[in-house]
Amino acid sequence: MGITFRKETFRDDFTFKNSPEHIRRFPFPFNEDAYMYAVNIEPHVVGPKGSVLENLIDVDEHYVAEMQDRALVLAEDPLRCQSLPHMTLAGWDLLELLMEQQALGYPEHFTLERDGDRWRWINRPLGIDDTFIFGDTSTLPYGPMEYITRQSQGDFCILDQRDGNLWMDAGMVTTQADWSLDFDIGMNFFEWHAPVPLAHEKGIFTRALKFLTNIQQGKPARRLNWTMTINPRLDTSPENYHKWGPDRATVTPENVGDKVHLRVELQSFWRLPRSNAIVFPIRCYLIKMDELVTQPKWARRLHRVIRDLPEELATYKGLTRYRPTLVEWLSKLDDGSPTSPGFGPD
Amino acid sequence: MTAKTIISRPVYGTLSPQPGKHHLFIADAEGALAITDMAGKAPPGFFDGAEIVFIPGGKHIAALEALKPMQLHIAPSFASLLPRLKQMLTNAHMGLRLYLAGTEGLIGQAMQVALEAGIDHTSIETEHRGSLARRMQCVHCKGITENVTTQPATCSHCGLLLLVRDHYSRRLAAFQGVCINAEDRSESPPIEEAFP
Repeated sequence: MGITFRKETFRDDFTFKNSPEHIRRFPFPFNEDAYMYAVNIEPHVVGPKGSVLENLIDVDEHYVAEMQDRALVLAEDPLRCQSLPHMTLAGWDLLELLMEQQALGYPEHFTLERDGDRWRWINRPLGIDDTFIFGDTSTLPYGPMEYITRQSQGDFCILDQRDGNLWMDAGMVTTQADWSLDFDIGMNFFEWHAPVPLAHEKGIFTRALKFLTNIQQGKPARRLNWTMTINPRLDTSPENYHKWGPDRATVTPENVGDKVHLRVELQSFWRLPRSNAIVFPIRCYLIKMDELVTQPKWARRLHRVIRDLPEELATYKGLTRYRPTLVEWLSKLDDGSPTSPGFGPD
Repeated sequence: MTAKTIISRPVYGTLSPQPGKHHLFIADAEGALAITDMAGKAPPGFFDGAEIVFIPGGKHIAALEALKPMQLHIAPSFASLLPRLKQMLTNAHMGLRLYLAGTEGLIGQAMQVALEAGIDHTSIETEHRGSLARRMQCVHCKGITENVTTQPATCSHCGLLLLVRDHYSRRLAAFQGVCINAEDRSESPPIEEAFP
């Protein structure tokens, strides 16, 4: 049995929804009733069946709709996908990784056949059947990074490693939480994280960089990050902030459950074999409050996290305008009883 | 300079003579004074192998002439200087040292050309003098607005009112401008002189 892909939108009429099974597998990012930055990196190994970690590259019911939304973003703004000239080899590395992982995890949907350098890639959900020469860019309709990331959920940053640092030298970024690839491309690890408050002072980025530059091939790592988004909009780019920003002023006590979404990024980090670059997939999961609070533990915990979030973090995450309305709404679902340890629902 | 800053914001130093065969100075306006101040610390004959490219804005030419550089080139604007600069840096040999002095816009744009020619930014001597005016890229329409002195500032291309961030891109030689009233366009924060 395969995945039933939903027909849905992430813009205009916003028909995106999670099925009950997808609500249960949502990667809820809080394992306690408070949140502060930490270098919460762990080995990216396969997790329980039915979780988003069942496969290392997760494909879910939103796959087809997300790829359609990506195509719309790229048509409007081709600068969302950029690769500096020295990054083509890393693009081939990424193509190999994503084809292998998707074919391994979802053989009913994806097939990769290899005969030396002659590869055949079949992507049934998107109706693609292409044969090409691995390493020969002229045999694909796009560069290798763009080709495969038009067929893979999540944003992808490829980081070149040199001078003891990581450099954001290529990426496909259409579902980002308010940062601009076009502005940040070519920056090093500290520079592109420069606007993040509090974390520099805590030494978070120094420790994270040390960890990331030591990642070995075949031993990927992962962490979760989160923010909130009004309406299930994937493209919350700074480029379009003047278009989606007004959504934040539309939250009322009546529509919180439908409009406010928790946005979780499953970030993973992989060493690429030929280029020695690191690829950094940022997979975005959205869930509306009405769906999230079907799990009483998550409702209680989210109330406490949002209520107690330091002001600087709330501002950075863009919650300021609607936080009081959200906290008030969530408070009605929090009877004050303790929450069980761990991320999962009870 | 600004009191609170972030890591991507450039940090400038004080020009000092570097070991090297050729020395190329690029300066505008008060940047000339960074060069003349440095000259006091330079070994005898240092300027015999130096070229100074200067955008004067009407000032300080005589002070630079007095240094007797191998070559003093006066340019009316950065745009007019660009083809010459690209040619010089593309053909530069090992042993060339680059010194940039003056406004942030001048330092940033000259560094942008140097980076494109493969020069490592950490090998470049810089000193900020004069105006704090910023070059700003509008994150929305991608247009560059020169000489931004206010906070917020209006994009000269699309007209949005932008918060001028400290976040800086060497590749674009620009600070980032992001719509300041995107969530409620009826808000109009006061426009203040911030980068005189």
